[in-house]
Amino acid sequence: MTLARDAVLVLEKDMRLELRSRVIVSQVMPFGLLVLILFAFALDPDRRILGEATPGLFWLAVLFSTLLALQRSFAVEAADGVTDGLRLSGLDPAGIFLGKAAGIAVHLLALEVVLIVGATLFYGTAPEGPLLLIATCLAATAGLAAVGSIYGILSAGMRVRDTLLPLLVLPVVSPVLISATQAFGAAYEQSSGTGWRWFGLLAVFAVLYLVIGIFAFETLLEES
Amino acid sequence: MTALFRPDPDGTSSRGSRMYGYALLPAVLLFLAVALFISPPDSGPDASENSMGELVRIMYVHVPVAVACYTAFFVTAAASVLYLVRKTEGWDTLAAASAEVGVVFTVLTLATGSIWGHIAWGTWWEWDPRLTSTLLMLVVYVGYLALRRAVIDPVVRAKRAAVVGLVAFANVPIVHYSVDWWRGIHQPATISRLDPTIDGMKLFALMFGMIVALAVYGWLMIHRFRLQFAENQLEAKGLDLALTERRAEASAGSLAAPKGAS
Repeated sequence: MTLARDAVLVLEKDMRLELRSRVIVSQVMPFGLLVLILFAFALDPDRRILGEATPGLFWLAVLFSTLLALQRSFAVEAADGVTDGLRLSGLDPAGIFLGKAAGIAVHLLALEVVLIVGATLFYGTAPEGPLLLIATCLAATAGLAAVGSIYGILSAGMRVRDTLLPLLVLPVVSPVLISATQAFGAAYEQSSGTGWRWFGLLAVFAVLYLVIGIFAFETLLEES
Repeated sequence: MTALFRPDPDGTSSRGSRMYGYALLPAVLLFLAVALFISPPDSGPDASENSMGELVRIMYVHVPVAVACYTAFFVTAAASVLYLVRKTEGWDTLAAASAEVGVVFTVLTLATGSIWGHIAWGTWWEWDPRLTSTLLMLVVYVGYLALRRAVIDPVVRAKRAAVVGLVAFANVPIVHYSVDWWRGIHQPATISRLDPTIDGMKLFALMFGMIVALAVYGWLMIHRFRLQFAENQLEAKGLDLALTERRAEASAGSLAAPKGAS
């Protein structure tokens, strides 16, 4: 029970930080939209190419924005010895992990809503299968948030954090990019048969990394 | 007996490892002779269903180095887990050494696979499931090595690297399935499956290759492990030296020196 309470405490803290600073809303979300626009420049705004590539471009934009959200989320932990504070706070490390992951997940879900609207608007492709779409977003976001929290605390406080984090995170989450893109592709084409299989892989990914995070976070929090 | 395994004071070899090396060299040469000249080409009445002809010879190198790279990463993962349980420096050193040797073998696997692909498929690179997942594995372990270089404190480095070593290995099956399905939907797998009825000289060449590759891995590991161990000792010594210097400075009364921006 303390696990859930500690997680909620950390989540509340991060939400309060965001409400006051609005870094995600005023910087990360515009960045995500900017990436969507840049893809259009790179691929020539021929609606057919953009339409076909929408699922992949959408998830690439999410992935790049995730890196920024992670850097933001763990920069606030590394500054002013907050990590020491967290360690001394007596909170359950697994609870801190779940709280941080939940905070990142909330930010990412909000970002994904904005990006789906953006992709619909700019690329002219409307999503079809809403259930698969929502399920994919939830599972993929849980996986991204879990991996992101593990590597975020791992690289927090390092001088080379900003360059190391993408190198560590992106290869590990590439199955999320593949699976979520395929599931979205199925959702956009309304052929949800294979889509649910990809959703299953996303769910396994999320559960695996949530479990690893719950057990490994204490080690990572020590002497960081 | 212990004299056989005691490393030289100014090197990474011992009498035992030198004997190992001297035995390994003719084995490698003999393997190359078997793989390149003695074993028959994959053609004629004994050919496998793929009938690869002379091209089959690269398989005797490609498959063994791939086995060695998976072994290396398995050792890294196991040593990482043992480090997290025991918290002793030796396991961390073993994980680090094995990851580095594993990266070398992964590059060799990709290079030989690419050469094979160039002849068999006509392109240097195909987004084949196995090639793709091997490439991703390589990037993950390059990240692992980058992390090891980035952290200075040895205990913090060992802990973080152990978690990454574990995560990296847990990722292998997930990557495998995602990439397999990803390519499976668009096109059938391009790589030809190893024929299970491979026999005689060809089977011998392949098995011999695996033993040689694992033996080379073991030999490299002995030296890489000892080098890492020496590096750690040097680091600790440097730290002690720096500490005494600072203490001397402090007692000399240079307290007015500006503090570093940390």
